[in-house]
Amino acid sequence: MLLIDCPSCGPRDENEFHYGGQAGIACPTGDMTDERWAEYVFMRDNPKGWFHERWFHVHGCRTWFTVERHTVTHEIRKPR
Amino acid sequence: MRFTFDGRPMTGEPGDTLAAALLRNGVRVVGRSVDLGRPRGIFAAGPEEPNALVRVGADPILAATTVELHDGLEARSLRGKGRVDLDAVDERRCDKGYLHCDVLVVGGGPAGLAATLAAGRSGARVILVDDQPRLGGDLLNSRLLLDGAPALDWVAGLDLPARVLTRTTAAGYYDHNYVLAVERRARGERLWHIRARRVVLATGAHERSVAFPGNDRPGVMLAASARAYANRYGVRAGRRAVVFACADSGYEAAEDLTAAGVDVLAVVDPRPSGLPADVEVLAGQVVTGTTADAEGVLTGVRAGARHFDADLLAVAGGWNPAVHLFSQSGGRTRFDEELAAFVPGTSAQAERPAGACRGLYGTREAIADGYAAGAEAAGRTVPGLRVPECGERPLRRPAALWLVERTPGSEPAFADLHRDVTVADLARATGTGMRSVEHVKRYTTAGTGADQGKTSGAVVVGVMSALLGAAPGQVGTTTFRPPYTPVSFATLAGRDRGALSDPVRTTALHDAHVARGAVFEDVGQWKRPWYFPRDGEDMEAAVRRECHAARTAVAAMDASTLGKIDIRGADAGEFLDRVYTNMYSTLAVGACRYGVMCGADGMVFDDGTTTRLADDHYLTTTTTGNAAAVFDWLEEWRQTEWPDLDVSFTSVTDHWATVAVAGPRARQVIAAVAPEAVELAFMRYASVPVLGVPGRVFRISFSGELAYEVNVPWRYGRALWEAVLELGAVPYGTETMHVLRAEKGFAIVGQETDGTVTPQDLGMGWIVSARKPDFVGKRSHARPDTARQDRKRLVGLLADDPAALVEEGAQLTAAGVAPMLGHVTSSYHSAALGRTFSLAMARNVSPGDRLTAVSGNVAHPVTVVEPVFYDPDNTRRDGDPLVESPAPYAGECRSESPAAAFAARFEAASTPRAHLREVPFEPMWEVRGTDPGAGLRLGPDWWLVTGDVPPRPGWVDVSGQRTVLELAGPAAHDVLITGCPIDLDPSVFPGHAQTLLAKTSVILERVSPETYRIYVRSSFARYLAEWLIDALEAL
Ligand SMILES: [Zn+2]
Repeated sequence: MLLIDCPSCGPRDENEFHYGGQAGIACPTGDMTDERWAEYVFMRDNPKGWFHERWFHVHGCRTWFTVERHTVTHEIRKPR
Repeated sequence: MRFTFDGRPMTGEPGDTLAAALLRNGVRVVGRSVDLGRPRGIFAAGPEEPNALVRVGADPILAATTVELHDGLEARSLRGKGRVDLDAVDERRCDKGYLHCDVLVVGGGPAGLAATLAAGRSGARVILVDDQPRLGGDLLNSRLLLDGAPALDWVAGLDLPARVLTRTTAAGYYDHNYVLAVERRARGERLWHIRARRVVLATGAHERSVAFPGNDRPGVMLAASARAYANRYGVRAGRRAVVFACADSGYEAAEDLTAAGVDVLAVVDPRPSGLPADVEVLAGQVVTGTTADAEGVLTGVRAGARHFDADLLAVAGGWNPAVHLFSQSGGRTRFDEELAAFVPGTSAQAERPAGACRGLYGTREAIADGYAAGAEAAGRTVPGLRVPECGERPLRRPAALWLVERTPGSEPAFADLHRDVTVADLARATGTGMRSVEHVKRYTTAGTGADQGKTSGAVVVGVMSALLGAAPGQVGTTTFRPPYTPVSFATLAGRDRGALSDPVRTTALHDAHVARGAVFEDVGQWKRPWYFPRDGEDMEAAVRRECHAARTAVAAMDASTLGKIDIRGADAGEFLDRVYTNMYSTLAVGACRYGVMCGADGMVFDDGTTTRLADDHYLTTTTTGNAAAVFDWLEEWRQTEWPDLDVSFTSVTDHWATVAVAGPRARQVIAAVAPEAVELAFMRYASVPVLGVPGRVFRISFSGELAYEVNVPWRYGRALWEAVLELGAVPYGTETMHVLRAEKGFAIVGQETDGTVTPQDLGMGWIVSARKPDFVGKRSHARPDTARQDRKRLVGLLADDPAALVEEGAQLTAAGVAPMLGHVTSSYHSAALGRTFSLAMARNVSPGDRLTAVSGNVAHPVTVVEPVFYDPDNTRRDGDPLVESPAPYAGECRSESPAAAFAARFEAASTPRAHLREVPFEPMWEVRGTDPGAGLRLGPDWWLVTGDVPPRPGWVDVSGQRTVLELAGPAAHDVLITGCPIDLDPSVFPGHAQTLLAKTSVILERVSPETYRIYVRSSFARYLAEWLIDALEAL
């Protein structure tokens, strides 16, 4: 059970949150190739190590926010 | 204390474990081994026991060394494997609880006690857990004097500034210092979820054995365990003993056994020199074998040429720090050559091992280390902590002895007693080329028993190192995984069993449905009426009658479960344009429009109607199952992609009770209950009195008939339902709703769609705006795969046999041969058509095509048709004209709060310690944007205002959305921690929070030091009421 620091509520147990996948993936706009669009829809990084990811405090303040989590140790820190 | 073992009556003493009591009664053979069926006796005195496994009541397998004796206990022996007694009655009431602390100390031995003292005195919030009934750890088993007095006097004199949980085993150490601990209580275990800032692991050490021939005989026991039985329980594990001392602790055992009246014949010490002792010491020698009687029970011990007649062989093979929790936390162990054991190496979490857990076996060293660990964990050193004096000798280096070679014809030498794994088995594994201890473990099953190899793990590694000619540190250990000791499923389930296993959501109309004998269907967590059988009708007959009423007269359904989202803000229309495939910014005020929402991948995600209530105010409905997902989806796009849009969302699903009234004579009913809505045009909405209370009426149809969705606040829902039925509407359930919509060819998200279906696939290209620059999923509709022509599309099917019901899920083929062209998604009997019909998703087919629908061994010839079976020209939409205006409904519009039915049960379950009641009819509003200066802050720019205050423009009335339950009394906190994961300590709890209670979201507000208000979604009120009553009864 991870302890996730919600910017609004402080540290709470993981099961108060929904996972939101990789952070920083902007929805592309304007004309683009099928490949570029498919990359946005389907492709995400899967690093061994630090990972920027989004969480949603669904059972709390309903805030989306980004943290950095180490995918091996599960250490969590504020994004840099 | 009287107890039975395999039906034999026996007597034990208070404080005995079952193992101690069995020894007290002279029981040598406690069970047989799992594979070889060899007799086995008690080997240890704690949770590491590999042999003495028993069944007690509903517990299929327990170590007799961990079972506290009680009067009337009935235990049965096992052959190495648990056995479930299906007839056993389990009357335990297990539950769970959440605790938070600055410092968690695991283990109440010298180091743990010292750490607790040091941390607690520095002002930290400390929890100490220990698995024994009494604190003291190894001091309980010892005759040691501290400051000249019995060591337990020192323990008793400690004033521990901590929450102390005895009989509590820390079983799992998870991420971010989350520790699960099982507290054994007479009425059932409690699973503690403990979140600690820092953890001190004072888990002690386990003694290990040596793999010598015949080392599994009943009578062979760990030396420290034989000493524990003598000192702690006053039980002699044998009359004549030999001690095999690879470590100096063997000498202490020899002295204590002698003091207890055991005739100790010799100490066999493999090291070149022994210690001075009152008995014969065979230095530089090893135990080479054992002899036994006809039953296999130990009669003698061989050491080289010497043979001793003995019924007890006490083996001090050396010590293994109990690094289980350390390893579970992610810490890396290392092999310490000096100690000949794996010890904690690098920590991974905010944790520190102390005392014997890191190889400091001396009592004074352990206490000093505990003080240091406690101070370090608390971040502050307090003066005045003194290490008591004691007369322990310094410990010499133990012998790194793992196995004694067999001679031909000798007994097998066991590495793992529980799993019957011998040195020969390990040799076979390494002989096949295995080098990894993980491979050997899986090949031989060593370490996989209920004891998880606590006494055998180091022996296996040691034997492997000898077989492979590698150092133990190179062989390494297997991974330690939770739980440290077995945890029963009953403990894990706690109170989440039976009716409380998953939340059941109910509508305001639920009791009325129950009273009418409705048969319910689970839709997500909701209970929805499936059909309303009358006079012994079966489902088919009931549905036929309900459909007939809706098509020819008037019928009514509880539609309260549809998700309802109140959307406000200057950019609300723009926002909806971006998330729906069609246009909403152009929708007229007062008009409703059906819409489809896609994921970024262009696939249908949800559908529903959206109504414009005002220029900057919309109400969106979602499918029942997707309500939460859609609500979250809207928030995701607003916050993460379009933060500049002025729009906010409020769930009002539970605020409104909704009754769908459908059928050609629906107008007649509406004229009586909501006269001002009677002239409403198709796809229009009116905010009008309903039964004299403020309501909302939408003219929306999901059946093709004249239909209205009538909304009133939750508290009036049941009154509205009863009125509508009294006016002649026939109640119908979800099955009839499905038939009616399928006859019209309306797809259901999740039934026709499965996440791979676009609106175009459903034949709904008309709903996908070509004018809008963009909307979520638009670009995906142009992807080659999405745009290709041979995708599965929604079609209708008619079986040749009009009575044949093609099974949903049936595969469609041309002429009964591959390839599969699609599958059947919906299939019903239709009263209106007088036959069966189906909807399907199929590729490359057009009306008139002949297909075969195959399911199991049944194949039905079918013909493809257009997917609209009933009234394709929508001639029935406006129903029958009003014959004459009926009188307004004259019955009472009774108001009922969501937990009203629980009032008597709340009162009955309440005690002076904890009193539970509903606070009914509390006015509530959700407020966005500007701080109202009152109420509870729920999140950024989000408040809940309650009470009799005048609402301001823009506040969303949510008085029915949540039900307020009040729990008051000195035990209120104790009830809440059994289901609420956040820290409610006054020093940290801000007074209110949105969090979880049991398995539902709540707002928890402390209104006075012992009074809490719980705001729960009204549809979850019944579940939470049951949960709280159960919690009060368990107090
Ligand atoms: Zn939050």
